[in-house]
Amino acid sequence: MKFKNRIQTNRFQLFSLLGVIVVLSVLLTSCDPDETQVVTNFTTITMQDEFDVAGAPNSDIWGFDIGRGNDGWGNKELQYYTDRSDNVVVEDGMLKITAVSESYQGAVYTSARLKTQGKFEQKYGRFEARIKLPWGQGIWPAFWMLGSNFDIVSWPQCGEIDIMEFKGQEPTIISGSLHGPGYSAASPVTKSFELTNDRFDTGFHIFGIEWGEDYVNYYVDDVLYNQITPEDADGEWVFDQPFFIILNLAVGGGYVGTPNSSTVFPQEMLVDYVRVYAAE
Amino acid sequence: MKKFKFISYFTFAIVGLLTTALVSCEREFSEDITLATFPTIPEVFTDNPVNLTDEFFISFDPADGANVNGFDTDNDAYRGTQAIKIDVPAPNDPDGGFIGGIFLDRGEGRNLTEYTALTFWAKGSTTASVGLFGFGTDFIADKYAVSLNEITLSTAWRKYIIPMPDPSKLVQEKGMFIFSAGTESTGDLGYSIWIDEIRFEKLNTFAQARTSILGGEDVTRQVYNGELVVDGVQQTVNLGDGSELVVNIASGYLDFHTSDPTVVQIDAQGKIMVVAEGTATITASLNGVEATGSLIVESKGEFIPAPTPTQDAANVISIYSDEYTNVNIDFYNGFWQPYQTTTSADIEVNGDNILGYENFNFVGHQFSDPTVDATSMTHLHMDILIPGALPSNAKFIVTIKDFGANGADGGGDDKTQKVTLLSSQLKGDAWTTIDIPLTLSQRSKVGQFIFENGGSAVTNLYMDNVYFYKQ
Repeated sequence: MKFKNRIQTNRFQLFSLLGVIVVLSVLLTSCDPDETQVVTNFTTITMQDEFDVAGAPNSDIWGFDIGRGNDGWGNKELQYYTDRSDNVVVEDGMLKITAVSESYQGAVYTSARLKTQGKFEQKYGRFEARIKLPWGQGIWPAFWMLGSNFDIVSWPQCGEIDIMEFKGQEPTIISGSLHGPGYSAASPVTKSFELTNDRFDTGFHIFGIEWGEDYVNYYVDDVLYNQITPEDADGEWVFDQPFFIILNLAVGGGYVGTPNSSTVFPQEMLVDYVRVYAAE
Repeated sequence: MKKFKFISYFTFAIVGLLTTALVSCEREFSEDITLATFPTIPEVFTDNPVNLTDEFFISFDPADGANVNGFDTDNDAYRGTQAIKIDVPAPNDPDGGFIGGIFLDRGEGRNLTEYTALTFWAKGSTTASVGLFGFGTDFIADKYAVSLNEITLSTAWRKYIIPMPDPSKLVQEKGMFIFSAGTESTGDLGYSIWIDEIRFEKLNTFAQARTSILGGEDVTRQVYNGELVVDGVQQTVNLGDGSELVVNIASGYLDFHTSDPTVVQIDAQGKIMVVAEGTATITASLNGVEATGSLIVESKGEFIPAPTPTQDAANVISIYSDEYTNVNIDFYNGFWQPYQTTTSADIEVNGDNILGYENFNFVGHQFSDPTVDATSMTHLHMDILIPGALPSNAKFIVTIKDFGANGADGGGDDKTQKVTLLSSQLKGDAWTTIDIPLTLSQRSKVGQFIFENGGSAVTNLYMDNVYFYKQ
């Protein structure tokens, strides 16, 4: 009796254990795509600017958007973009984009926006930059990309990958987003990342994406904080074509609001490097 | 002063140790070496005071109205079992009309250089505004005091952060916490404050510190030789939620600079001395970063004291002088609200005390306890100095007030004698000696003088040797 009883007990335990394993397996196979990671190694460097040569940015890589765009670059931004060294220069081993409070061509702020359009465009890969961000109400720096067919199909059909956007009045938080047809402007696929006991305007941080077929992974430093796949996009997935890179420092606009009396000028966005990798 | 010397010796001791180590040993420091340092304990109060004696709380002086009875602990804690509870008294509380004091490390002090802020949790029984919270006040030198002023409490627990302007200065700090609270914001109704989890922390969420002196303005001040104190030192930091926080900080955190050392000198301890006639601009920096604001010093050189009184002491009733013994005084500035703008800026030159008034429109002296019987006196004497060129419309009005039978200001029995001096009777940049023959028939209970500028441009003045005498 005693022996039999023990056997039965063990069987019961065995069945319980099997049950747990089954439940776990179901959980693993049915889990949300946000929690799975597709791993592709992008190890071949295809573009790299370490900003080691002082002066104007390397014109083989970078061009500029100049002026105020249409309706403040579509966002009611307040700055006039220039390519003057007051607003954009390479020195001390860094790209410095400077937002200045000054009257210029009808605007009250000047700043700069660099782009690799027509100079460097790539489909898929790892795109990262090491940046120290500016701060203050109404300050809006970004490291982002647009589809290379931007001039043909226009926005948002061309697609937009925001690797990093930052509101100067929220110094501990950045966001990474995708805009495409049906999910753009105020309703992109987006996620924020907040630093613990640190902020983005006191030191350099690495902002990057790993972009492959049907996914964009977002990371800050060594933290992968989001994956966006076609399932997340409420519309056509337009991220299977080359994109170009944009680095800019906007002032004002709907996303951040207007600077106020506590906003300190000038503000500097410092970029230590931009590196792009492809799969072998 | 004593504390500062101790820090000097400590620094010297470390330098000595380093030097010895460097000359006597060619290798790198061993990993075992630890330089002498003071305790680095971060907690000030959790459920109990941490590493402080039972007598850690030192109240402000009850003689100044501080109530020492409202300080206690309570089991309504943010975390753990106990918090500090402070009952803020009403102004008419017989035990004192406000409450405040410091938490003092009665030991050797703490090394706080590895932290960046003092933090604590607090709530109020009502959404009262508390006068100040801070640290760095030790009631000895207060060299590194920092305070957050006029903080509106929530009735729910909320965390407060007081950033350190420069942690590297806090190698031996004894002032762990300070608070001061009254009922200005509650219509004189008492309330309670709970404070818990007071500690120093290494927070990296605030940054972009901006320091200012004198409110960030370029202020010109006419002074005489002597020590000068730069006030209005503030630091603004950007908190992790993007909001801006302003704290008041002691000038001990700053390094001062002078544009002309022949006029203004700054010694190694940061003491500012005006040494000669001329103009110099004083600026400041904190940890190498320039502060906004400056003080433009227009020194008029050596202060020439008022003529020394010559009356026989037996024939004098003195209100203000270093020469005679003064009667019991209520005040030399009543700060009469709401119309008085006059502030006090008394000076001491080589042991000679002089009343100084700035933003002068009117000001009073009062001596009601007891009043003065000037019946046998024949004159009121005073010396006044109006700095700078005398305004063409200069006027100085003196009113002598006798309080009458009731011995109190008002009540319908007061009598006054009023004398107006015009520009022809006054001097600019030099002492004017004023002797007023007493014509007041009733002067057995004189209790007050009122001085006015009569709407003229006399807005600064010095005053000395105010006394009655008989000829």
